[in-house]
Amino acid sequence: MEVLTYPFMIRALLAAVFTGLAAPAVGTYLVQRRLALMGDGIGHIAVTGVALGLLTGTSPTLTAVIVAILGSVLIEVIREKGRTSGDVALALLFYGGIAGGVLLTGLADQSAATLNAYLFGSITSISWADVWVTVALATVVIAVSAGLSPQLFAVAQDQEFARVAGLNVRFYNVLVAVMAAVTVTVAMRTVGLLLVSALMVVPVATAQQVSRGFRATLLLAMGLGTLASVGGLTVSGLVSADVNVAPGAAIVLLALAGFVVAWPIGMLLRRRQRLAEPFAADPGVGLADDTDHTVVPENHQHEHGDDCGHPAVPHGDHVDYIHDGHRHAPHGSHYDEH
Amino acid sequence: MPVIEVRDGTVVLGGRPVLRGVDLRVEPGEVVAVLGANGSGKSTLVRTMMGLVPTVRGEVSLFDTPLDRFRDWQRIGFVPQRATAAAGVPASVREVVASGRLSRRPLLRPMRMADRAAVEEAIAAVGLADRAKDGVSTLSGGQQQRVLIARALAGEPELFVLDEPTAGVDQPSQQAFADALQVLVARGATIVLVAHELGPMAPLIGRTVVMRDGRVAYDGRPIVDAHELEHHHGHHHPDLQQPGSDYVPAVASPMDQEPEDR
Repeated sequence: MEVLTYPFMIRALLAAVFTGLAAPAVGTYLVQRRLALMGDGIGHIAVTGVALGLLTGTSPTLTAVIVAILGSVLIEVIREKGRTSGDVALALLFYGGIAGGVLLTGLADQSAATLNAYLFGSITSISWADVWVTVALATVVIAVSAGLSPQLFAVAQDQEFARVAGLNVRFYNVLVAVMAAVTVTVAMRTVGLLLVSALMVVPVATAQQVSRGFRATLLLAMGLGTLASVGGLTVSGLVSADVNVAPGAAIVLLALAGFVVAWPIGMLLRRRQRLAEPFAADPGVGLADDTDHTVVPENHQHEHGDDCGHPAVPHGDHVDYIHDGHRHAPHGSHYDEH
Repeated sequence: MPVIEVRDGTVVLGGRPVLRGVDLRVEPGEVVAVLGANGSGKSTLVRTMMGLVPTVRGEVSLFDTPLDRFRDWQRIGFVPQRATAAAGVPASVREVVASGRLSRRPLLRPMRMADRAAVEEAIAAVGLADRAKDGVSTLSGGQQQRVLIARALAGEPELFVLDEPTAGVDQPSQQAFADALQVLVARGATIVLVAHELGPMAPLIGRTVVMRDGRVAYDGRPIVDAHELEHHHGHHHPDLQQPGSDYVPAVASPMDQEPEDR
């Protein structure tokens, strides 16, 4: 436990908390617009940015932010103009980004190991200056995604409606793209450029297994993201004396483990919801018609009602109750099978 | 003062003319159904009115303001043509309907009492009060369409524009929708409705516009659906002219340069 109080670990934990909050916040809007892989694309493009920093001797974080923002705006433009061929254009950008990065790193006479720190993260070697940049940028991202959430939600949900509601759809689309780019570069030091998209998407996928609303999904995803990034970092710190566990990989695998746990719960919830779906009344079969119904064969002692524990299903003009795998409704002194 | 005015509206999409010199005026309180076959330009017409499709020629005005200077978006409730109200992340009925208040809410302010009340009222008007907390994706197609209509209702607009609101919608939902429309008509709202068939909405319609090949083929007294017109097409169709209307038969001469578009 002592390892958690080392200064390098405190810096890493601070960076992890803010990254864990910001990445799923932006990720929720990306997933809502069905652009779950956009974070990946920006991550690939940012590789060129990092290499540009290595080549020119400036801060790789700075050049990565600039190149990532340019790339994300370009993706947004292609998406808006391109329509159907959009995904191919995106793929071209992805590959161009990573190939350009590797090429430039070679030209800068840097080894692959230098690039690795950015590709897979190096959270334990983060400096105080890096931490403050991370905290500041992440705070801006969280504030924007929370403060403008009604607008961002409306635009991501239905662009045409948002335009007729008087919202500047292009502005909000570019805003999300820029926020995604900033988040990618912020999370670059925590989980690395190749895994950053996981921290944006996996907590959202986990949250929506159990949530019904957008706000609930957003908040739960932010909580899960923080849990995963702090948890993964802590695990890798605690076992560091015995084995070498990469923090970035631990964080992403922990987030995925969360999804694996949540998935069956989501399945169960959705199944229960389906059972409670109303049935349309069958026209032509009147309940009062004694010749046309099946009496439940069992001796039924239980009195069904609100909160009796049996799922109530609206059925035409009355309510059925699910009991031992079948639906039945009270009819006079007995129960009818439906 | 017309609520909507389209003059010589011409739209070209992907190099193909979709609207050809359409003229249309909608006055306050009118309930207009826009009918037509697939590809007749009926959807493009209402999307042009909403500024979603640019015109290559002609003018569109909303509430006497040219479209590019129009800012009073809270006066308009739009229901776009959509297969589903769901997106990549679950959203509750209440959340989707609440975005209908956006045009009335200042930036960075939370919802006020009036906003919440309007949202609840809109949900109740389409008969989904008991599903307000449920995820939109768990509803049936017809119920999802009702959510989109509630979203437009929540903004308390004066003009409703609905693009195929009942396409693929189950019977109970169509009835619920017609009932909600009835309330609006009683309130004096102006309604423009694109439809393939009118179903339970038919009694509410006060005027029918039929589109064919990007032109207005018929504009007048309600007819049940576009097929009725098709039967008469190509010949004289005096039964389609409003009795006692100000219709003046066109007398064309071989030298006449005036395009006969209407």
